[in-house]
Amino acid sequence: MPTQPVDVLIIGAGASGAAIAWSLVETKMHILCLEQGDWMKPSEYPSSGRDWEARQLNDFHYSPNRRARDTDYPINDANSPIKVANFNGVGGGTVLYAGHFPRFHPSDFRVRTLDGVADDWPIDYATLAPYYDENDRMMGVSGLAGDPAYPPHEPMMAPLPLGKSGATLARGLNKLGWHWWPSDSAIASEDYEGRARCINLAHCTSGCAQGAKASTDVTYWPAAIRAGVELRTRCRVREITRNSDGMASGVVYYDADGKEQFQPAHVVILACNAIGTARILLNSNGLANSSGLVGKNLMFHPYARIAGWFEQELDGYRGPGNCIWSQEFYETDAARGFVRGYTFEFSRGQNPVMAAVHSMSIGRLPWGEDHHRAYRRLFCHRTGMVAICEDLPEEHNRVTLDPELKDCRGIPSPRIDYTLSENSRRMLDHAVARASEILRAAGAHDVWYEAPLADGGWHLMGTARMGTDPERSVVNEWGRSHDVKNLFVVDGSIFVTSAGVNPTRTIQALALYVADNIKSRLATLFD
Amino acid sequence: MLSDDQRRTFGCLAEMMIPASAEYRVPSAADDAILADILRSFGRDEHHVMTVLRELEGFADLDPSARQTKVAQLREHHSEALKGLSSVILQCYYRDDRVMRSLGMEPRPPFPNGHEVEQGDWSLLDPVRKRPKLYREVP
Repeated sequence: MPTQPVDVLIIGAGASGAAIAWSLVETKMHILCLEQGDWMKPSEYPSSGRDWEARQLNDFHYSPNRRARDTDYPINDANSPIKVANFNGVGGGTVLYAGHFPRFHPSDFRVRTLDGVADDWPIDYATLAPYYDENDRMMGVSGLAGDPAYPPHEPMMAPLPLGKSGATLARGLNKLGWHWWPSDSAIASEDYEGRARCINLAHCTSGCAQGAKASTDVTYWPAAIRAGVELRTRCRVREITRNSDGMASGVVYYDADGKEQFQPAHVVILACNAIGTARILLNSNGLANSSGLVGKNLMFHPYARIAGWFEQELDGYRGPGNCIWSQEFYETDAARGFVRGYTFEFSRGQNPVMAAVHSMSIGRLPWGEDHHRAYRRLFCHRTGMVAICEDLPEEHNRVTLDPELKDCRGIPSPRIDYTLSENSRRMLDHAVARASEILRAAGAHDVWYEAPLADGGWHLMGTARMGTDPERSVVNEWGRSHDVKNLFVVDGSIFVTSAGVNPTRTIQALALYVADNIKSRLATLFD
Repeated sequence: MLSDDQRRTFGCLAEMMIPASAEYRVPSAADDAILADILRSFGRDEHHVMTVLRELEGFADLDPSARQTKVAQLREHHSEALKGLSSVILQCYYRDDRVMRSLGMEPRPPFPNGHEVEQGDWSLLDPVRKRPKLYREVP
């Protein structure tokens, strides 16, 4: 018997796929989501076992190439100084993210107008503001109103604690007279909507066993499924098919048994991140690519990590990692020698294994007799920050299909070609210098940094950018393909620029915005 | 499955990296229980471990000075492999009950008991509250 068509088929159950599924369910359409990973079991997350840190370096590693679960696909990122980080499963990248949850700023949508670089977005902050609010309610955000770096908004829970590390860093920032504020975090500081409050496991980036961190498997998905959305796991999509009218007709995928299936659909929505979405489009005979921009303009956020060691004991292995941020250097100041800017996000410390592994790899922890004394001066005495630099779009930074590498079903894998721009290098240098000043002002006796952070490719953006001009963008201003009128993209692919903050909150707000556009245009959706 | 020679080599390397300490009341990384944990925990670093062990054939029979020379050569020519092997040793050493107690930690995973983090002094935020807005208005 042929498979019945669904009204809406969503590919990917991560941050954006969950949000748009939940939002569209009120239409009573038949909505199906295909996810190539599994449902996660929080009781089996690493932090519930004695090998919690070893698992972070193995089956919960953020690199799909090292993690190499049978639900992953390999990525050739050899030609990039920044390596891709992701996760495949219900919740997607939100399973492993830290839960840092900043919004974009009004200026982030107007970089061409304000700074003469890249392009303006076809939408603005005011357009997204109500969707930020709606997403905040669904995910649950801790923070503190009144941050002078942002237009007013109201986090619904108290901020995460400052702790010893945060207070130490705050004193350093105050000495310099620089901005800082408690980070907006997608971590429940209080019991929230059936989720228990954070108990400081300090292992947010391997899945939250407590359920305090807002990964979409514990936020959007339970609500969406209760309302009628169907979610099928271990379904690996190979390509989107087209009919004779040029419309998307469905997808070809491999089911949990590895059997090829065809699922027809009236609307197809891609929500696979800027690598996965570009890969599927390129594997679909160049679908939606009359602009030639599918896969191009890949943006990461170049990261710097800067750490300092202090005489006094700090928070160490007690978490969460999220703490405070600084946007002293966020908005453009031409005197700095680069355009746009960056955010400092401060962390607390390290668990015992990571303190040892990292300290040894950077030459701070010796072999032999002096090992124990040195370790005790390092462990629980370190804190620091990352700098998240805005990455401007460049067409030569791109995702293509690797001519040789394939996944376990023989589907061509993505290849990444990426170079760091001169603007990014200058921004990283500036960030490292300012971070070192903060740490010294806070009392650090030793400072270390890495820039760019090689393993820092968490944020994937730009490979199917939105815009009003079909020759300069892949989707229109409400997420619909210019070429294929029943094909939508809602993940970070559609970002025009990257801002200098974590993208998840904006990815989800955009997904809710696209959903509302679909709902309000149902009668004329394909015109 | 490691040969006897490879096991002895691994034990020597672990002992060189982290010897026992009476001062801190901790065993060496070659302690029987820790070494047994290490030998079943290569995980994604197994290829690194095997690379090192291939390079160190007969290592356990060398005198201490010759062992140091061999390790220095490894650092120079097989740094990634040595880093992988070191990581495996550290992953197991720093989860041993005796070691965790020596560090002042309870020998348990983070969940379900969690940890305490003090709120900290929020009055530190007072000078920042007085600042004018930092974000740019847009046309």
